[in-house]
Amino acid sequence: MAHRIEVGFKSAIRDALGEKVRKRIKDDLNMAVAAVRTIEVYTVDMDLGSDELTALAAGPFSDPVIQEYLIDRPLAREFDWLIEVGLRPGVTDNVGRTAREALALLLNRSPSIDEKVYASRQYLICGDLDRAGAEHIAKDLLANELIQHFEIFSRAAFDYERGVPAKAPRVRESAALTVEEIDLNDSAEELMRISRERLLALSLSEMKVLQAYFAREDVRAQRQQVGLGARATDVELEALAQTWSEHCKHKIFNAAIEYADERGQQTVINSLFDTYIRGATRKVRSKLGDRDWCVSVFTDNAGIISWDDHHNLVFKVETHNSPSALDPYGGALTGIVGVNRDPLGTGKGSRLIFNTDVFCFATPFYEEPLPPRILHPRRIYEGVREGVEHGGNKSGIPTVNGSIVFDDRFLGKPLVYCGTAGIMPREILGAPSHTKEVRPGDLIVMTGGRIGKDGIHGATFSSEELHEGSPVTAVQIGDPITQKRMIDFLLTARDRGLYRCITDNGAGGLSSSVGEMAQHSNGCELDLKAAPLKYAGLQPWEILLSEAQERMTLAVPPKEREEFMTLAQNMGVEATVLGHFIDSGYFHILYDGKTVACLDMQFLHAGLPRMQLLAVWKPPRHRDPECADPVDSTPLLKKLLARPNICSKEAVVRQYDHEVQGGSVIKPLSGIANDGPSDAAVLRPVLDSLQGVVVSHGICPRYSDLDTYHMVACAIDEALRNFLCVGGSLEGIAGLDNFCWCDPLPSEKNPDAEYKLAQLVRANMALYDYATAYMVPLISGKDSMKNDYIIGALKISIPPTVLFSIIGRIDDVRKAVTMDAKSVGDPVYVLGETRDELGGSEYFSLYNSIGAQVPAVDAKKALKLYRSLGKAMSRGLVRSCHDCSDGGLGVALAETAFSGGLGMTVDLKKVPAAKISRNDFLLFSESQSRFVVTVAPDDRKDFERCLKGNIFAEIGIVEKDPQFRITGLNDTIVIEAGIFDLKESWQKTLRF
Amino acid sequence: MSRKNIRALVVSGNGTNCEVEMAHACRVGGADDVDIVHFSQLLQGEKSLLDYDFLNLPGGFLDGDDLGSAKAHAIRLRYARTAHGESLFDHILTFIQQGKIILGICNGFQLLAKLGLVPALNGAYGTQATTLTFNDSGTFEDRWAYLTVKEKSPCIFTRGLSSLYLPVRHGEGKFIPGDAAVLQELQDKNLVVAQYTDRSCEKAVMDYPLNPNGSVEAIAGICDETGRVFGMMPHPEAYLHYTNHPRWTREPVPEEGMGVAIFRNAVEYLKKNL
Repeated sequence: MAHRIEVGFKSAIRDALGEKVRKRIKDDLNMAVAAVRTIEVYTVDMDLGSDELTALAAGPFSDPVIQEYLIDRPLAREFDWLIEVGLRPGVTDNVGRTAREALALLLNRSPSIDEKVYASRQYLICGDLDRAGAEHIAKDLLANELIQHFEIFSRAAFDYERGVPAKAPRVRESAALTVEEIDLNDSAEELMRISRERLLALSLSEMKVLQAYFAREDVRAQRQQVGLGARATDVELEALAQTWSEHCKHKIFNAAIEYADERGQQTVINSLFDTYIRGATRKVRSKLGDRDWCVSVFTDNAGIISWDDHHNLVFKVETHNSPSALDPYGGALTGIVGVNRDPLGTGKGSRLIFNTDVFCFATPFYEEPLPPRILHPRRIYEGVREGVEHGGNKSGIPTVNGSIVFDDRFLGKPLVYCGTAGIMPREILGAPSHTKEVRPGDLIVMTGGRIGKDGIHGATFSSEELHEGSPVTAVQIGDPITQKRMIDFLLTARDRGLYRCITDNGAGGLSSSVGEMAQHSNGCELDLKAAPLKYAGLQPWEILLSEAQERMTLAVPPKEREEFMTLAQNMGVEATVLGHFIDSGYFHILYDGKTVACLDMQFLHAGLPRMQLLAVWKPPRHRDPECADPVDSTPLLKKLLARPNICSKEAVVRQYDHEVQGGSVIKPLSGIANDGPSDAAVLRPVLDSLQGVVVSHGICPRYSDLDTYHMVACAIDEALRNFLCVGGSLEGIAGLDNFCWCDPLPSEKNPDAEYKLAQLVRANMALYDYATAYMVPLISGKDSMKNDYIIGALKISIPPTVLFSIIGRIDDVRKAVTMDAKSVGDPVYVLGETRDELGGSEYFSLYNSIGAQVPAVDAKKALKLYRSLGKAMSRGLVRSCHDCSDGGLGVALAETAFSGGLGMTVDLKKVPAAKISRNDFLLFSESQSRFVVTVAPDDRKDFERCLKGNIFAEIGIVEKDPQFRITGLNDTIVIEAGIFDLKESWQKTLRF
Repeated sequence: MSRKNIRALVVSGNGTNCEVEMAHACRVGGADDVDIVHFSQLLQGEKSLLDYDFLNLPGGFLDGDDLGSAKAHAIRLRYARTAHGESLFDHILTFIQQGKIILGICNGFQLLAKLGLVPALNGAYGTQATTLTFNDSGTFEDRWAYLTVKEKSPCIFTRGLSSLYLPVRHGEGKFIPGDAAVLQELQDKNLVVAQYTDRSCEKAVMDYPLNPNGSVEAIAGICDETGRVFGMMPHPEAYLHYTNHPRWTREPVPEEGMGVAIFRNAVEYLKKNL
């Protein structure tokens, strides 16, 4: 029988968690309650004596200094409402898992698969609430009903003797093991019904390719040999659907597209990916020749570039949007620990050195009624933030760079970009580390977590819009500690040469990881019965497809088997041999010795027909808003500084460990009070070297309303500017493109698909043009193509968004530069030209207007400027450097001043500009390729000599008096404010 | 008696994550041999604590801090036996008796407190008298903190230091003594080694965010009565080079990071006393 151990703080001890919940009830739900206290509950589903229970309660489960406990009796005393929240059966329970491990150690026993500990938490709320109010708190703050359940007790109805009855949320599966056979020899409607009902997300033409395959004589003959009938098994269908999913196969990026531009000029593009992305890298690499620093691009889980004589760098950025829409905490947590496994599974495996995170949300102050299945943006914000916090901090990887972008079209699907970089020795045991090889005979070994029903259909789920039938099993919780143990083990095994090949289990689970690795040997044979399960009752196809987290798949040479398995066991990591790689040409899956799937490798990986699509570009027309140039722009500047897209994100940044591993050089926060907005991060991954890694990004979805070509150009330029601001070197640089789009495939629900596809084409054209112009090879990327929400008549589509990330180096970190003004009397410069380009600007957003002219990037001029700036920096001539982006020059100057704790005087007449006669446009235009720089007075001449031949000007001076003062075109003051006043405007918005 | 080779051990595994920089700190501080040893190697008997002089318990999230910070690992250390049947906890007690030294940072400090290895008043090693729990803010925070260091403290790690500036990176750093008597004894015996303060580094402050977690008496670190076992929440191993300082691009900062002194003191102590 199950027992409950309840643990709470002694009455004199402050309950910080309870207080935080009370504050969130007030802030998020706008309800007042007097107090909240919490009680941790451990439900121990094991037959234990009272001595054993007491030992557990007094030992691992409570802290004698501050906590008290009761066994099988309630601790709760004073409350108006008691809400207990626990996880649903089968949801990853990290606290429960740790509690079970501690129990096993303390009591010296090995619990059976059914003997578990389950964690839940009680919230004791004092306050004037009715049941509906308590339910609101439970549903909309404390519990996500997809993964958690709750019970509510009023003070009057609570049993103070027995409390909440002990109930273990065991997974109870009684279904017999079956392998279904599906007849594909059927009508079109029937094929589509199969695709829909099984969540295969395959189109009719794709289903017909399957139909034809299973009808082939040679296929039938071969199937007979392995004991399969003519019909497809569910295991086969699921494996095919996953392998062919948009998520895994990038069908749109590989499609044949007929593109018509605004003049009707037709172009045929055979694969956007090959033409523009791979094409750009090919061109850059061939121009670099001997200097080429790319080591491995587009072939592995992440891109690899060379770092120093002994190391290579690895970088990958992923998105985890769909799961984060349903469960922001779990979605973001699995997003970050998931992308960790990419560099870990690249080449022979790398050590992880930093994370990045970029989120796109609707405003947290959203006040309209919420459509079905949509969580409030504030809840998404906090859940995603916490997920990345737990994923990054607990894994010991510093989160060094990121941003948060707000636009209400992210209401339907938030975007959660997570990136991870790693470093690896160039050679391991004398062999190159960046290649992958599997030999026939190598064992298929799975390490790390166990398999459950979590994450089933993740790959196909994210290949669709969010709809009523979106599967809740796609939601899962990550377990950073199980993964951390596995990483410690794998890096040790790597250095001892105990495996030949490694890859991660992400989307598609074993089906994908083993399927991909089997391409190296040309076949595999795997028995699903051997796979370790979290609980009994999984069907064979579920074992193959489960996306349960924290797992890597390896190819282990038979002679290393024993040492590999022993090391795993010693380091507390589960490792299981599931089969072996062969060269039969077949993806052969068994269950308990009986074949359940046998697919031609060639068909599985190359059988998918190329999509044929149409794209038609019609440029949208927007006009500038009718607004006067104000006499005093001070209130406008304050409003802009307070806008969510511009304001300080310090509250989020502080909750991420950005310094672990000891190599921090430029942190996300800079300046006299450690709170200014750094442009990029610098860190030393090798502690006895002065060479630094620089990482930055650019993202500007608002410009997509005008032209996605310029949206991408600006994102690349912004990433590069941020990179250069801290002193990054143009030599050795690499870019990653992450596309998040709204569905560009035609259907009844999607009448403007051709326009969206044209937007995608144009974005790719810009990617090619600017990557090659700036000589930034693209080494990795990802696309997420179905960021729409459709329920009932309501459709919400995100603005097309590309995150462009840059990784590179600074040869000597001691030359790095921060963005804050440093010294009184330093001249202030603006580099680059300001133009009438306010289309898509934050300024025009104030007037709810898009505006006519999107910023355009002149790459040739910009690159010249960037080289000059780099020269000035390497000579130590730059004291501060800050990127001009959202909010333009006005915002960049103000941030430079208040981050340095110094005043500033600026004359707008001196700003190099083209055809602008308004102060507000000069201040807030978002023209690209501009910087605000301060220089020591003595270095003025040398600095100007370095910049010669570029557009730049000295426009002001850093002052002691903490006033920010800007003189306008007609010599009157257009902005005057105290820097602390401006800083407060910038800091207050998201200070929660 | 003096010995030349100082051997430092940094124990990793089960969720530690500052082992690399802590090992680097030991080297920069002058230790001759520095090994990062996975906890499982101690369990398997491949390595023995007793072969080392300086035990480092690095920061991290042992077992995810799932039962409270470092709690599950404290149980593991307490009850685990090596493949040779020896108690790891006995090894630690012997290690202390031999006059050797232990440094626990952040999660390592939480581990020392929950194992009762600090403050171990009147030599009661193994009896928990203090704890570290959730910050008053209820949130994890990464921020730099000024510390005032008690010069009268017996702590061998902080000799010659009167102040420090180091990052804190924790969600459970609020120090709480078991009762008023424990606090009194900590103060009487000068076992309160470091307290949160302001930029002047003169007296302890309770104001957030200078005191980032609401610690009682602004306590950031304590030692045992021998001064050889020391636990602290802020991270000295995160400030070894001047470019770690958050304002190195704007303020004159010495070449060597402030955290190095802690490790150099440790090594010098061992060189003189072992």
